[in-house]
Amino acid sequence: MRPVVKARGEKPALGLTAAGGEPMMAVEEVWRTYQTGASRVDAVRGVSFRIAQGEFVGLCGPSGSGKSTLMNILGCLDRATRGRYVLEGVGVESLDDDALALLRNRRIGFVFQTFNLLPRMSALRNVELPMIYSGLAREARRERALEALAAVELENRADHRPSELSGGEQQRVAIARALVNRPAIILADEPTGNLDSRSGEEILGIFRHLVDDGATIVMVTHNPRVAALTQRVIEVKDGQVVSDARTGDSPGPAGSRPGPEPSPERS
Amino acid sequence: MDFREAIALALEMLAANRVRTALTMLGVVIGVAAIILLVSVGEGATAYITRELVGLGTNLLIITPGKTQSSGGFHPPVAGTVRKLTYEDAVALRRRTTLLTDAVPLVLGTGKVRYQGVSRDTSVVGVTPEFQRVRHLYVEIGQFVSDDDVEGHRRVVVLGRTVKRELFGEENPLGQFVTLADARYRVIGIMERKGVSLGFDIDDLVFIPVKSAQDLFDTDRLFEILASVGSAEDVDRATQQVREVLIRRHGNREDFTVTSQGAMLSAFTTILRILTTVLGGIAGISLIVGGIGIMNIMLVSVRERTREIGIRKAVGARRRDILWQFLLESIVLSSLGGVLGIGVGAGAATALSFLFTYLPTRVSLWSVVLAFGFSAAVGIFFGVYPARRAAHLDPIQALRYE
Repeated sequence: MRPVVKARGEKPALGLTAAGGEPMMAVEEVWRTYQTGASRVDAVRGVSFRIAQGEFVGLCGPSGSGKSTLMNILGCLDRATRGRYVLEGVGVESLDDDALALLRNRRIGFVFQTFNLLPRMSALRNVELPMIYSGLAREARRERALEALAAVELENRADHRPSELSGGEQQRVAIARALVNRPAIILADEPTGNLDSRSGEEILGIFRHLVDDGATIVMVTHNPRVAALTQRVIEVKDGQVVSDARTGDSPGPAGSRPGPEPSPERS
Repeated sequence: MDFREAIALALEMLAANRVRTALTMLGVVIGVAAIILLVSVGEGATAYITRELVGLGTNLLIITPGKTQSSGGFHPPVAGTVRKLTYEDAVALRRRTTLLTDAVPLVLGTGKVRYQGVSRDTSVVGVTPEFQRVRHLYVEIGQFVSDDDVEGHRRVVVLGRTVKRELFGEENPLGQFVTLADARYRVIGIMERKGVSLGFDIDDLVFIPVKSAQDLFDTDRLFEILASVGSAEDVDRATQQVREVLIRRHGNREDFTVTSQGAMLSAFTTILRILTTVLGGIAGISLIVGGIGIMNIMLVSVRERTREIGIRKAVGARRRDILWQFLLESIVLSSLGGVLGIGVGAGAATALSFLFTYLPTRVSLWSVVLAFGFSAAVGIFFGVYPARRAAHLDPIQALRYE
């Protein structure tokens, strides 16, 4: 695999130091409550954790555990009902929809289980999509999209539509799209869920390379084997964090210290 | 997202669903084409009538018996107590006014013209020699009615082209006698060919001296007096002179109507303008129906592309980005339909005037601009609701949409 450095050559904007200092993202006592008519569902119940720059975190839990809801909040697609979510020093709950869209555009890259590529567009144009909304000129867009595709070794597939690509290739296009605006954090929701094991490993390999180059990745998965490949696993159940532990083999270059104690509190 | 790019994207999306796009567009095409076509018929008719009325002779005054209240309209001489206009009235007008160049008494009737067993029902016009000048209708072969013919009640006739052809064919009719209601008339001239004007075949007429016509129809009344004025600026003052002379002659009663060519023209054009507006409005309704079609298809499109909207929002599209994307699509759709509709409408209008020469059409710039503007407005109006729906989709649900 070719080095992925090019795609995210720069360090994230706010100049966070790897160890200590402010975390890349901090979740404090976050609740997410769905109110439908008379019934109330607490999908997330008082979750707190911090993620530092350069961490590769697995977010695990059975379906219905609230991990997807948490993921949506982390990705600024949804807002916490209560509590604070600070991304790169910015309190997200105070931002309006347009500001959230801007955050998603510049600071967050999504990788979905179902790839979520636009079917009618070529790989290249799919990768260009985020830059369209950041107002980049056509030539600059094309250049950066090709760079990002090269980083996932798909430059020779640039003109193919998603339907002409294998699942693994589609997911690599999606990763290129997530990387292309040089986000602070990559959020991956079951990125290997729809892939055969070989393609899945390929994707995880790319993630590890990205982390080695300084990227921050949070990956939702219910597969313990996949989770084990990360450096730190936060386990969620019934809307609460039940464990938060570093995995054994991780070298942990970027400090993950400030996470709260692995706490099986309240249950 | 810059504008050019957004347009390109809209075109791409429309091209991706060719059949659907074409069918949706068809609604707008038909609406716009109908507007262009109907307005062009109305405009063409207006232009035609203007041309024909001006062709009748400029600065014309038409004096008809009977008084009507409004001065602007064209009225048949039937209202109220009708006092006749006489030959002497026309003579008096010629003598006692300064601004009239001519005053032609006219008697109009219908009769059967016969020659050697061939007969034809036609209109008979009693005239004086000045008629040629005033109406720009001239004799081609032979002579027109002369003053002596009028004063002498002579039974002479000038034939229109159609009548001549029907009765005589290739034969030379000059000096021959035709029978007009049991009286024999000598043919002294043949009119030049004029064709149809305002739906009236001017070649299907015969002209006889006005006094002979009064004898023929056993009346001392006139159908009307045609008067011409030297210049357009004098029309109003000439009208005043006519009124003064005739009121004095009619025992201080204004029991006649003076209509100027200009007033007639504006009466006609007013009617036609109203007609054009009504026709255009009816066509406009079909454009609105086309707009509803656009809204319908855009709603379907928003639903189908829910996931796409979710993806776009996830990678940073703001509400207004999504709003514009869909709004532009419907505007492009309706505008393209508008352009096509203008083409179809203009084509149909041109074809129509070729197929039916009596139905002249004219595609005017204002109707093209209006129709295009209207179609674009329809795209905006009916595109806003679907676009707003797309813009306000919740990104999470949109991403989950199957």
